[in-house]
Amino acid sequence: MEIIKTLEGNKLTVALKGRLDTTTAPELEGELKGSLDDITSLVMDFKDLEYISSAGLRVLLQVSKIMNGKGEYKIVNVCADIMEVFEITGFIDILTIE
Amino acid sequence: MAENNYRLVVDATDENLHTVLGFLEEHLEEHDCPFKVIMQISLAIEEAFVNVAHYAYEETGTADFDLYFEDGAVTITMTDSGMAFDPLAQEDPDVSLSAEERGIGGLGILLVKKTMTSVEYKREDDKNILIMRREY
Repeated sequence: MEIIKTLEGNKLTVALKGRLDTTTAPELEGELKGSLDDITSLVMDFKDLEYISSAGLRVLLQVSKIMNGKGEYKIVNVCADIMEVFEITGFIDILTIE
Repeated sequence: MAENNYRLVVDATDENLHTVLGFLEEHLEEHDCPFKVIMQISLAIEEAFVNVAHYAYEETGTADFDLYFEDGAVTITMTDSGMAFDPLAQEDPDVSLSAEERGIGGLGILLVKKTMTSVEYKREDDKNILIMRREY
């Protein structure tokens, strides 16, 4: 998986490319840990993300708990297959997806 | 004419996840399984395998995969010799809770149940046997 971070002031955009699974989720967790302190807007761009498993969902949920009260957190450009995983798991209701 | 039976035995570790998924995807493609279904089956198998890799053994052990193809369906049997664990006996997580209230437990097995057509668990000869069937 590729992780591309773009910081503009207090706004961080994280674009993911490839698969967010058991083997790659710890990379994302590591990349985000400590990068969110001053962030008031976090956008995760899933345009080039093909696949997500529960390990990836776990990271998205952790981030959601960190961002709660700090500012905006949304996920954009979600493909149909990943949207289905969000639907099955109820993540569609707890994440802001655009 | 492609064969109908395939078998893979690996050590149950996260590092072997892509070996398992590669094996699976190769044979699903040979049997004309649509891409979208391959993706869903991969998800189910990742969740089932990672459960074994993380919890079944005190040290390490193996997971066996048997694939059996019929017309328009695949049956994947995963066998491990770890401690007895029936994933189907666990209660489904409450998917209506808010982010603050949500734990992450149980999501994996929920994904297995929702993406496969049927899932069956057996305990035989000190082995856990999970039989996952998907029509396509």
